[in-house]
Amino acid sequence: MRIYLDNNATTIVDPKVFCEIEPFFCQMYGNPNSLHQFGSESHPALRVAMDRLYKGINANDDDDVVVTSCATESINWVIKGVYFDLILKGEKNHIITTEVEHPAVISSCKFLETLGAKVTYLKVDGNGVISAKDVENAITDKTALVSVMWANNETGMIFPIEEIGAICKEKGVLFHTDGVQAVGKIAVDVQKAGVDFMSFSAHKFHGPKGVGGLYIRAGKHLTSLLHGGEHMGGLRSGTLNVAGIVGMGKAMELAVENLDFEKNSVQRLRDKLEDAILKIPEVMVVGTKKQRVPNTILVSIKGIEGEAMLWDLNKNGIAASTGSACASEDLESNPVMEAIGAEADLAHTALRLSLSRFTTEEEIDIAIEQINKAVVRLRAISSTYAYAPSWHQSRL
Amino acid sequence: MAKNSLIGGSIWEAYSQKVQDLMNHPRNMGEITEEQAKKMGGKLVVADFGAESCGDAVRLYWVVDEKTDVILDAKFKSFGCGTAIASSDTMAELCKGKTVSEAVKITNIDVEHAMRDNDETPAVPPQKMHCSVMAYDVIKAAAASYKGVDASSFEDEIIVCECARVSLGTIKDVIKINDLKSVEEITNYTKAGAFCKSCIKPGGHEDREYYLVDILRDTRAEMEHAKLSALADAKVNGGGGVDFADMTVVQKFKEIEAVIDENIRPMLAMDGGNLEILDIKDSEKNTDVYIRYLGACSGCASGFSGTLYAIESILQDKVSPTIRVLPV
Repeated sequence: MRIYLDNNATTIVDPKVFCEIEPFFCQMYGNPNSLHQFGSESHPALRVAMDRLYKGINANDDDDVVVTSCATESINWVIKGVYFDLILKGEKNHIITTEVEHPAVISSCKFLETLGAKVTYLKVDGNGVISAKDVENAITDKTALVSVMWANNETGMIFPIEEIGAICKEKGVLFHTDGVQAVGKIAVDVQKAGVDFMSFSAHKFHGPKGVGGLYIRAGKHLTSLLHGGEHMGGLRSGTLNVAGIVGMGKAMELAVENLDFEKNSVQRLRDKLEDAILKIPEVMVVGTKKQRVPNTILVSIKGIEGEAMLWDLNKNGIAASTGSACASEDLESNPVMEAIGAEADLAHTALRLSLSRFTTEEEIDIAIEQINKAVVRLRAISSTYAYAPSWHQSRL
Repeated sequence: MAKNSLIGGSIWEAYSQKVQDLMNHPRNMGEITEEQAKKMGGKLVVADFGAESCGDAVRLYWVVDEKTDVILDAKFKSFGCGTAIASSDTMAELCKGKTVSEAVKITNIDVEHAMRDNDETPAVPPQKMHCSVMAYDVIKAAAASYKGVDASSFEDEIIVCECARVSLGTIKDVIKINDLKSVEEITNYTKAGAFCKSCIKPGGHEDREYYLVDILRDTRAEMEHAKLSALADAKVNGGGGVDFADMTVVQKFKEIEAVIDENIRPMLAMDGGNLEILDIKDSEKNTDVYIRYLGACSGCASGFSGTLYAIESILQDKVSPTIRVLPV
């Protein structure tokens, strides 16, 4: 039996989504821009999909919800678009973001810094979040854009988006939020949140990979990055990904329908798993349950290096994740663990477990058993729990 | 970037079967107490290396026969990833039956080779070589503790890249011998910096005493300095073996000035004239010597024809055929 607890990385495509997109590969494969029946027969499904996307995030009809290839594209578009629109022209030169953003945001900002932009990376507190006040204090008359994630991918912690939105509106600064980890997990209302731009990605809420979106508030200009055949109203050229759009629309509809289920059932299973893990001595979970999206746990298990934990879990059929040193290319410890100021010796012990509405109680019970088993085995190996004779001066 | 690097793979796929087996079932994991050591008839040695904050920490236990210095048993405990566990286990295995002095010679490269499934295929992917370094360091710590000396006394050279065990001396030599100009070239020649990359520049996985970027810069500066000092030592006047093209501008000036003094000024002085060198400029093919005539020579028409050709041909003959003389 394989148990998938890495839903913040990607999710299973909901079979209902798969059913809706299947006809668009071998039957209705026309280009929607073509003037013949092959092209036009996809239009009704595309319109339904766009309705579902608009409704799902509460976009107005005169707003734009542009379909892109992924959230990374959406994020790059916003940050580089703002560079072309405001920074390159010399009106503004400053961007505010946080130190725990997804690499799509951090790397884009680092790139703009090479072009002369100034970027403030706000520090998070011990719970892994920033306050709206932090944003307010960082805004200057040169600030072009604030980009703050709605929920963090590692910790699941929810950021005060509404408050930040209000501050940005008052100060006349553009506000983008990376909504990738929020859509499908908590209610996302772009009107209430007061965001100008929001990025999201279908495969994080049981849609297909290779399709995402960017919400653009009416009246907010954003220079296009992809020029070509004037698709998506000329905002983003490229032949429409018909199956992707249809799939993302259906996935959005199902995600919104299931928000109560997320809040109740998924959270109940998450809490059950979390409570069981917290019974293990010397473990620490980042952030309170209430402030987190319902599906995520980031736990530090003392004495156990993250990759070793993943190895044992994987061997027993459990898929989880870690930003830990040894599982990544560059050997760096979990950046979020470092940012929240966790004790240095915990920075390499992070384990992320993320559920979905497809996770069953039986799976959680098995996961609890396997996690306990792995902890026992790996702590038996760990030097943290090693015997030393009284005369030995420990250097560990 | 190329076909094999665009999609990327799982680092786990690059682990040898031996590494995977050792991760699952380490043979020498555990502890040794003083009583157990006594029963075996040896002295218990305990040594630590690393820290959890670095992501790797290992404790090594040895039982050593004090008469023969032979390691009777070895066990380890390790906080670290699977590779760290497998490396520590292999290190403990390699220690057994060796004398302490022999064990100190075990390197992380021996550990990595012992975990290979075959001679050609590395046991772990490049960025994981770092995890085996700790296994080497903890042996030195154990030997130091047993012999009552400092661990650094086992190191007879400064190691810059621990993963590939490349010394400062080696790196400086390859830079000098092969006239290397970039860190990538150093990595290609020595493998230093090819693994965890910490030694390339500050800001990597761990802090280092020496970084390749600094070594390269300093060694290049040393080479420049050595070149200049060789030139200075060579007998420039009278052609002491230094090519005119290799000389510094000052040396070129001295060389030209000497020939002018000896062969040209006496000729001009006969007519009550003289010249001075204003500047010397190297172009792609030529060395241009800018002169000004003095005394009777200034205003003499021959200064731009016959006299000029005479001066130029003397300098071309005695100094270098690349010289052009330009009166200002």
